[in-house]
Amino acid sequence: MVSFIGRSFVQKIITLFFVSIVSFLIIHLAPGKPSQVDPMNPKFTPEMVERFSKEFHLDKPLYVQYVYFYQDLFTGKTASWKDNQSVLKKIWERFLNSLPLFIVGTLITWTLSFPVGIRSAIFREGVYDRTATFLSYLLISIPGFFFAYVLIIFVVTRFHVPVIGMETFGIGDASLPYILMDRIWHMLLPSVLGATGGIAVLSRYVRSQMLEVEGQDYIRTARAKGLPPEQVHYKHALRNALLPFVTMFGLILPGLIGGSVIIESIFSWPGMGRMAYEAILARDYPVILTVNFVSAVLVLAGTFISDLLYLIVDPRIRL
Amino acid sequence: MNLNETTVTKDFHVEAPLTPKRTRWEEFWLLFGQNRLAILGLLIFILFFCCAITGLFLTSGSKPIFDPSLVRLEEKLRPPFSKPNLDLLEPDQVPTLNFYLMGTDDLGRDVFARMLQGAWVSLTVGFVAVGISVLIGIFMGGIAGYFGQHYLKIDHILLTLLLVSGTGLIILDVIRFGAALLLLCLAYIVYAVLTRHRSKKKASPSWGAMFHINAVSVDTLIMRIVDIMLCFPSFFLILTVVAILPASIYNIMIVIGLTSWMGTTRFVRAEFLSLREQDFVAAAKALGIGNFRIIFRHMMPNAVAPVLVSATIGIASAILTEAGLSFLGFGVPPPHATWGNILSNGKNFIFDAPWLTFIPGITILIVVLSFNLFGEGLRDVLNPKLRERH
Repeated sequence: MVSFIGRSFVQKIITLFFVSIVSFLIIHLAPGKPSQVDPMNPKFTPEMVERFSKEFHLDKPLYVQYVYFYQDLFTGKTASWKDNQSVLKKIWERFLNSLPLFIVGTLITWTLSFPVGIRSAIFREGVYDRTATFLSYLLISIPGFFFAYVLIIFVVTRFHVPVIGMETFGIGDASLPYILMDRIWHMLLPSVLGATGGIAVLSRYVRSQMLEVEGQDYIRTARAKGLPPEQVHYKHALRNALLPFVTMFGLILPGLIGGSVIIESIFSWPGMGRMAYEAILARDYPVILTVNFVSAVLVLAGTFISDLLYLIVDPRIRL
Repeated sequence: MNLNETTVTKDFHVEAPLTPKRTRWEEFWLLFGQNRLAILGLLIFILFFCCAITGLFLTSGSKPIFDPSLVRLEEKLRPPFSKPNLDLLEPDQVPTLNFYLMGTDDLGRDVFARMLQGAWVSLTVGFVAVGISVLIGIFMGGIAGYFGQHYLKIDHILLTLLLVSGTGLIILDVIRFGAALLLLCLAYIVYAVLTRHRSKKKASPSWGAMFHINAVSVDTLIMRIVDIMLCFPSFFLILTVVAILPASIYNIMIVIGLTSWMGTTRFVRAEFLSLREQDFVAAAKALGIGNFRIIFRHMMPNAVAPVLVSATIGIASAILTEAGLSFLGFGVPPPHATWGNILSNGKNFIFDAPWLTFIPGITILIVVLSFNLFGEGLRDVLNPKLRERH
């Protein structure tokens, strides 16, 4: 166990090192320079550009820039090129905004997809199963931004749910329950949208896992000895079907950053995805690289956690 | 008829069912035909394919039949099926069908013509991107699965590093130093090839032995590369690269292809690891067949089923990714229509002209859905576990 943790830790550090090199190279070797973002701006005189490139070490060779960048990152001194604020502080603020969206979306996904998947596995090939299957294909295939606009039209005209930003503008010093409800209303649409794709994929996965377990011999034995169907489904089958999903707790970690770019920019939600999008538009390399690095760390941490969980949950696995 | 003869015919009848009655294709179509959704998906896919190809011919050229970029400022935001106002239009501005099948957008351009033009973009993005990713995936997965146990020696790694840095330096205009590096590599390759025949008799000098130490196995190397690629958040990476590179449809295809080959690599490697141990591969090796012929002629047809399924679903997700990028304003430069940027322009008029949002949105939905249904149907048919049940 300890040797497994140590080995995978070293392996992950090496992977992270290469990820940092590759992302740095992708950004810096691509054609175009940050100084070309706004060439018509009269403040961008050649002297200014030179001063900036000296300030941000852009005139040094690439490997020196690389060392400078990651030195700054680990000492927490990285500053955005756009507004000279600390990148880590910016990311942390935006992360706190994205977090409720992510938590609510994940809760919706996990609470809805399990009942749907289990039910369609139990009533296999029935009307319910077919409808659920078709609906989940529909949800996988619908472009998120189109679905967002359909929902906006429907919800705004019928229920007057707010769709822009995190809170009503100028809400200021309203009472606490009022602010809370306001927040929840604003969160409703983006989190539901973030959850739709997840529900579709996860419920299909739950269904196939359940089907696989239900086809096994011990389920037939349990049925044959006359146990009530509820006990067979929920006690014998479900417990074993749940095994792979324990590991998925680790794999949802990277979802904190990726995949929310479009939804956050439609709903003007000041979260991580939107910050990354704005950074890309402004060629704010430190922000882009830091977001990339943080998400790589999250992916690696997620796989590590899921490996550990599998080790704990499934006694058959000995690494 | 004597007794003896009947027993013989009876025996014959007992053995007859053992030979396959149907060919593999017939069985495939039989199973596939039972899945109505998959058939629907295939039909829509064929229809979409035809539309995209005819659309390419109808909307391109100097005098296209449907002109997607013809601006009619008098005819802004006309709803679908509306007749053009013939008094205001020049004779060559009148739409070909004499009415606007899908309405017009905020510049009075015919949405039907733009949708036709966009179909070709979606089709090529889907197929080229997935083609690239499948090629890389099969190549990497095949090598990792088949040659996985071979070890790379330190001199190979150094050579690759030198080659890459030499090419990089030439690209970065440090031509003299880069060319020197490349020449060095070339010299080493020539030297290695020349000494390879002799080295069996004569041991290499001791300082050279250091370069022949086994460094890392091929399998480990490729799987670590896959791990590294999986660390990048894919949509964010695509967005970054597309935003940095000059806007062009080919960049999008290449970038989507280069960031989505990891799944295929894993499938192919897993299949190859199990196929490699089987008897027909041992037989092929015993016959002295070359490695690449074994890989592509003997093993690949057995490993191709999961690749086909993931490619079909990959096309769907590539179309979605392209639409998302166009929606955010990246990728195909503006005068050229794609479904994503029709929708992205249309969202500003969502209450006045809902067809500008709904027509491209529903079209993308239907096409992506058809690919997903077809892919899932394919998965069911190609899955041998399910085949036994039928």
